[in-house]
Amino acid sequence: MPILELNNVSKIYGNLKALADINLSVNAGDWLSIMGPSGSGKTTMINIIGCMDTPSTGSVILDGVDISKENASSLTRIRRDKIGLIFQQFHLISYLTAVENVMVAQYYHSMPDEEEALEALAKVGLADRARHLPAQLSGGEQQRVCIARALINSPQILLGDEPTGNLDEENEGIVVDIFRRLHDEGVTIIIVTHDPEVGDVAQRKIILEHGRVIDDIDQSATFGEALKLKSKESRA
Amino acid sequence: MFWRMVTKTLIRQRGKMLMIAFTVILGVSLSTAMMNVMLGVGDKVNRELKVYGANITVRHKDAALMNDLYGLSGQGVNDKFLQEEDVLKLKSIFWGFNILDFAPMLEGHAELQGEDVQLVGTWPEKHAVLSTGEELHTGLKALRTWWEISGEWLSEDDNDAVMIGRELADSHNIHAGDTITLSGKSYTVKGVFNDGGNDDSKILMTLPAVQDIMNLHGRVSTIEVSALTTPDNDLARKAAQDPRSLSPDEYETWYCTAYVSAICHQIQEVIRDGVAKPVRQVAESEGTILNKTTLLMVLITILSSIGSALAISNLITASVIERSQELGLLKALGAYNWQIVLLVLLEVMITGLFGGILGYFLGIGFAQIIGQTVFGSYIEIARMVILIVAVILFFVTVLGSIPAIRYLTALKPTEVLHGK
Repeated sequence: MPILELNNVSKIYGNLKALADINLSVNAGDWLSIMGPSGSGKTTMINIIGCMDTPSTGSVILDGVDISKENASSLTRIRRDKIGLIFQQFHLISYLTAVENVMVAQYYHSMPDEEEALEALAKVGLADRARHLPAQLSGGEQQRVCIARALINSPQILLGDEPTGNLDEENEGIVVDIFRRLHDEGVTIIIVTHDPEVGDVAQRKIILEHGRVIDDIDQSATFGEALKLKSKESRA
Repeated sequence: MFWRMVTKTLIRQRGKMLMIAFTVILGVSLSTAMMNVMLGVGDKVNRELKVYGANITVRHKDAALMNDLYGLSGQGVNDKFLQEEDVLKLKSIFWGFNILDFAPMLEGHAELQGEDVQLVGTWPEKHAVLSTGEELHTGLKALRTWWEISGEWLSEDDNDAVMIGRELADSHNIHAGDTITLSGKSYTVKGVFNDGGNDDSKILMTLPAVQDIMNLHGRVSTIEVSALTTPDNDLARKAAQDPRSLSPDEYETWYCTAYVSAICHQIQEVIRDGVAKPVRQVAESEGTILNKTTLLMVLITILSSIGSALAISNLITASVIERSQELGLLKALGAYNWQIVLLVLLEVMITGLFGGILGYFLGIGFAQIIGQTVFGSYIEIARMVILIVAVILFFVTVLGSIPAIRYLTALKPTEVLHGK
């Protein structure tokens, strides 16, 4: 049963066609990576899937609801309830501690619960860094706070925009390891990445070029092996 | 969580918030000072204007008729007089406290060095205790503050002394300290006054002295009254034409307001056969000056509010643009527009409230400085200014936030989070 379907989705900015007739189906629990060169439409695609933008044409069915016709307020509600966002630049609020950054997402979703937020941080290995400000955390730690924040409201899809783009190899491995665990728990993961190694560890990889899907690769066969290799590299 | 974000933002952005608070302090202090001065200045401006003399004259109704019809006044116009015993009743009217000073006048004539001269009898000074127990100190001296005197003013009991107008003194070569003979009786010239008007050719005496000469005991021709009045409006003008044309409600409002026409009406109720008329030139000047002063204060308040709103607008917009990434993130995390607007508005409101309270007390200080410097007395603090300032502050802050709110509602998370 697909949790996400893109049917003939196009996004046009003036004369520029950022996405052209994209058709894509993602099943619940899938781990998909989206790759392609700069300007290929990766971020536009993730913005549309993440309810932060709407397509110019076509439909986007998220959990059975066509979000392409929704207004800004509905998109905010859907994004809040169904999507967890991870950013390349982490985007943590600088004056709030790690746990408070996680609680902000809770606050706008339902009710802040510090205990639950601390558990989420513990899940990404940051239990002892919960009271630190972002400036006191390394890049990898900041990204893990960002993941904890994305996961705190139990989203149906975890969307990552270059989540390892600003990390060294060791932290990249840690983050990939977290994704693996989340995948094992049944979380649907969609990651935009430039990094072929991160792209290769997903179950499925699509390649975008000039706003079109030029390749859709099923990596199920090598999925487990690639992950083990990535984990081993990071531990080394 | 919400309050944690608000307080931490206030602390983190303290530089900008202090600038906003400073702007509010300036605007509110100016508005507070101007409004307190505006509300408290009426009586003070009026008191300042009292140096220009009486603003109401009371005559016998027949004498007033002659004055109205033919412009005639003074001795010899008719033989109708007011009663001296009624004069003190002026302080018993509803607006008695607004009657600042008054003096009865009796005009007469006598022979000086073979020439007929005009006499004016009055209360140079009058000290009395009213039936209410209130002590009264009044007299012509308080109504002729602009007179230049060489020598001294007459005192209350100087029935054997006179003051003489500068023109008459010069033409007869009379000086302070000299003795003159009026209709066969000797008087000491206590002072020579310079009025700059018709009075310079007259001789001023105490009221009993002129009453003796004219054999008009207990009579006065006119009463000059200096009263604090409220500038006329349509109701006052309507009442001035005919108080009977007013509805009962209008009459009550008019009677209980210190319009010059209401005070004149009340004077007529206590002075037998008296007709009280405003000295239009003085009364209208007072009203005009008061209205213009009020207008000036209102304009300063409005301009300072607009200035504050513009400055606040710039500061808030700059602050929001600086925080656009953070606010965009909140939107991406599921915050609705109104929640973001509420967050920013609350931060500004708290800052505004802080600035408003400081500005209010600073404004009270400014009002007192203005009061002391301009009027030589403290300005009474009007409580209603707190409410007015609070409303102004609210609107200035909200109006100043409009550009920032528009920016916030148009802000797309994708633009600030991905730089697109």
